[in-house]
Amino acid sequence: MSDTARSAGFWKRNQLKIAPWAFLAPGAIMFLLYVLIPIVQSVWISFHDWDGLGDKVWIGLGNYVELLDDDTFYVALKNNLIWLALYLLAIPMGLATALFLNQTVWGIRLYKSLFFFPFVISQVVVGLMFTWFYAPDFGLFSQLIKWLTGTEIAVLADERFVTLGIIVAGLWPQTAYCMILYLTGLNNLNPEQIEAARMDNARGWRLLWHVILPQLAPATFIAMVVTVIGALRSFDLVSIMTAGGPYGSSQVLSYFMYEQALSEYGYRMGYGAAIAVVLFLIMMVFITLFIVRMIAQERNR
Amino acid sequence: MFPTPIQKASPAARIGYQVLLPVALMIWLIPLIGVAVTSLRPASDLAAGNYFGIPSGLAFENYAAVFRDSPIGWYILNSFKVTVPTVIGAVALSCLTGFALAVYGFRANLWVFFAFVAGNFIPFQILMVPVRDMTLRAGMYDTTLGLVLFHIAFQTGFCTLFMRNFIKGLPFALIESARVEGVSEWRIFRHIVLPLMRPAIAALSVLVFTFVWNDYFWATVLVQGQHAMPVTAGLYSLNGQWVAAWHLVSAGSIVAALPPVLMFFLMQRHFIAGLTLGATKG
Repeated sequence: MSDTARSAGFWKRNQLKIAPWAFLAPGAIMFLLYVLIPIVQSVWISFHDWDGLGDKVWIGLGNYVELLDDDTFYVALKNNLIWLALYLLAIPMGLATALFLNQTVWGIRLYKSLFFFPFVISQVVVGLMFTWFYAPDFGLFSQLIKWLTGTEIAVLADERFVTLGIIVAGLWPQTAYCMILYLTGLNNLNPEQIEAARMDNARGWRLLWHVILPQLAPATFIAMVVTVIGALRSFDLVSIMTAGGPYGSSQVLSYFMYEQALSEYGYRMGYGAAIAVVLFLIMMVFITLFIVRMIAQERNR
Repeated sequence: MFPTPIQKASPAARIGYQVLLPVALMIWLIPLIGVAVTSLRPASDLAAGNYFGIPSGLAFENYAAVFRDSPIGWYILNSFKVTVPTVIGAVALSCLTGFALAVYGFRANLWVFFAFVAGNFIPFQILMVPVRDMTLRAGMYDTTLGLVLFHIAFQTGFCTLFMRNFIKGLPFALIESARVEGVSEWRIFRHIVLPLMRPAIAALSVLVFTFVWNDYFWATVLVQGQHAMPVTAGLYSLNGQWVAAWHLVSAGSIVAALPPVLMFFLMQRHFIAGLTLGATKG
């Protein structure tokens, strides 16, 4: 009896210290097991030669040295940079679409939803749609090009255009995403500031640049985060539309890693892990920037 | 309001805007419209080279054929078997973690929070080899359960971010006054905070449903056989079999895209509230 009384007392006294960890535990353990620990394991595996079944053989930096001599690696790296640069176009395009749709006319809500539509669809389906769109002979896009220039371009079979073609497919849903972020931002503008600026005869571009955009900064920040991450994560579209081809010319690190680790010519888990680590380090640069900004915001609250 | 409301513009501009809206929408949705029309085009049209013209008839037969001649119905069932438990699991776990991080000011709080946030942004490839290996060794490779557990763990990152910020916005006085009256922490969570979280739970459910339904990468990494394959990976393998049968590929694509699309239109307000979290204030 006195035992339970004491333990109840203990609980009463320490409840506020223990409770947060009890609430955290289930989610945190899952996250640790499936996300945080595997990151460390991947780094460890990247120092090994491993087919996924047998013993791991320690080869130190061997995988990384091999990577430096791998032409495909450089193609993938270059394509990732192209993805990153061009994907950012989704932000101004999304802003432009949001400005275009930010009116109150009959049926505008339905228009906004339909403009947002591409984001809801799976990237597998988006990939198939654009493959059809680009298909030589009967694709709508190739017909258009043929009609405009007289020559036909098989976008996805042409090393010069293939990456561009895939990025355009990716920009479609990404622009929709940025648009919805900006529409929400535009909804929450401070009307007094805008009226004051209008009194001072600020119009159009000047008003947009000096008054509206600063107020949209939170939306722009989120749009930057999701766009940069989306660009570096691009996997689905490459896999669906070209599988990295033709001749590896549309490779990106994420697909290159997958292909090496689970290739039909034998599993190279160590080499794949090394590619993943490189991609991870590139992304960590951006993630750190984002988190530093978010911490600054938390402190300002 | 910015830009200036069109009602204040000249009548010509107003009419111009009303005309431009549907035209712009048509151009924006051309890939989708093209696929939707192709999915209803009779195979004979494609054979005869009628790719863009008016279809010679509406071939709902394409949809029947997709369900009859391919396992797409089974793939869709698998997608539900992966998506629904993931939504329940991830939302439940993040109600708890979000509560912990929003209400208690313990020392490691911000660190734990940012671990969840950062984990959310990492490339999937850095997890691929160990997660696949772990799933294999646990005997869950090639099962929907293996996918569910991974998705729950990963989505908990995003969901925690969301829930924590949502609970931070609730009046803290509610919790404090309950504590003064000696209500236990669990009962505070269960009876005071949880009922107020309904909108957040709705928003997250729709978002996680869409994210997980549309996942393709993990569906190919953790599943091999047809019996556990979700519709995204299934559609890709069917695409390989239906070479140049674009009417079937299109119909299959529409079918695979439909559940999240319906979800979006039914729960639009929640969906957008979830997606635009943080787009208005820091």
